[in-house]
Amino acid sequence: MEKIPILRMGRFLLVTIQVDMHDQLAMQLQNDLTDRIVADRAHGVLIYISSLEVVDSFIGRMISNIAAMARVLDAETVVVGMQPAVAITLVELGLSLEGVRTALNVDKGMALLREQVAAAGRT
Amino acid sequence: MSSAISALDRVLSNEQDILREWVRLQLSAVTVHSDLMRETELREQSREFLSLFRAALLKGVGYNTSGDDWAPVRDFLGNVSRSRAIQGFTPSETATFVFSLKQPLFAQLRRELANDAEALGEATWTTTVVLDKLGLYTTEVFMKSREEVIMRQQHELLELSTPVVQLWEGVLALPLIGTLDSARTQVVMESLLQAIVRTGAGLAIIDITGVPTVDTLVAQHLLKTVAAARLMGADCIISGIRPQIAQTIVHLGVDLSEVSTKATLADAFTLALRKIGASVAQPKAKD
Repeated sequence: MEKIPILRMGRFLLVTIQVDMHDQLAMQLQNDLTDRIVADRAHGVLIYISSLEVVDSFIGRMISNIAAMARVLDAETVVVGMQPAVAITLVELGLSLEGVRTALNVDKGMALLREQVAAAGRT
Repeated sequence: MSSAISALDRVLSNEQDILREWVRLQLSAVTVHSDLMRETELREQSREFLSLFRAALLKGVGYNTSGDDWAPVRDFLGNVSRSRAIQGFTPSETATFVFSLKQPLFAQLRRELANDAEALGEATWTTTVVLDKLGLYTTEVFMKSREEVIMRQQHELLELSTPVVQLWEGVLALPLIGTLDSARTQVVMESLLQAIVRTGAGLAIIDITGVPTVDTLVAQHLLKTVAAARLMGADCIISGIRPQIAQTIVHLGVDLSEVSTKATLADAFTLALRKIGASVAQPKAKD
C-alpha cells in the first residue's frame, strides 16, 4: 500500500508528498503524522507539496486540519512549495488555509520553523 | 438547360464586355476607395470572380451557394472579404463588390433576351438570388474576420498589461493598468505566481495606480491574488491607492486589514526593503 514517508530531522518532521493525494492517502497521513508528532515529541512539521498538482476541497481541508492538529499537539506547521495552480484552486475553493504558515522553499520553511520554535521559547 | 441559363451563359461568356462595364461602374461609384486599393487589383479581383462565378453557375444545381460547386467562389470571396476588412473597407462597401455586378449583368441579359420576357424574368431572378447570397456571405466573412482581429487585440492587451518586474532580489512588482475583471485577474494571478516560483521572491508589490475604479469585485479579486501568493509563501503589499479609491474601499466595507497597503509604490518598496533587511542609502554629496 502507498504510504507517504515522514522523515525526522532533529525535532522537526519532514513530510514530502511526491504522489497525487487521494482521500485514503490523506487520512493515512493524518493518522501517521499525529502518531509521529507524539512519539518523536516533534516541535515542528514541514510539509513539502511541490509535486502535488491536483487538489480538491477535501485535500485542502486535510492540510488545514493537519496544521490544526499539529498545533494542538504543540508543533508548528509550515507548508512549502505550493504550485501556482494549486494555490489558485484553493483560493477559488474559498480555502485560503488561514492559520497555516507557508514558505517558498525548504530553506525558508526550515528558517521559519526555527524562528517559530525559538519565539515559543523552546530549543 | 433552360433558355434562361443558356442565355446567362452566353452573356457571361462575353466576359470582356461585362468586365469592362462592371469595373467602370465600380470605379465611378461613390464607394470606390482608390486610396485603399489600386485599379489593377480591382480589375484582377473582378475578372477572377466573373470566371469563377460562371463556372459555378454552370455546374451549380439549384443555385445552392453553400454547396460544393460553389466552394471556389466562396473561398475567393472569403479572401477578398478578409483582405478588404484589413484594408479598412466597410461591410457594405465589401458587399457592394458583389451587388454591383447586377447592373451590367442585367443590362446584357435584357439585350440578349429582349424577345423572351419569361426567360428574362427567370434569368434575372436566378442571378439576383445567387448574387444576394454571395453578397451576404462576404458580409458574414467580413464580420468574422473583424471579430478575429478584435479577439487577437484583446488577447494582446491582456498579455501586455500584466508585466511582473523584479525590483530587488526577492521583491517583485506587479503594476496593474486598466480595469480588473475576472479574466484579467486570472492572468494577473497566474503570471504573478509563476514569477514567484521562478524568482523565489518572498515579497510582491501590487501597484494599482493604473486601475481606474475599484469596486467590491475588483477588491475581491485583489484579495484572492494576495491569498494565493500567501499560500505559496510570499507576502503581498498593495500600493498606489488613490484618495478616492481609499474612500470607495471604506464605503464599500471591503476589509483590507489583512494586507499591508501603501499610498505609493515608493513607500511600498521602502517597506519591502525593510522587511528583507536591505537598505538604500543616498551617497553623501561631495563638497
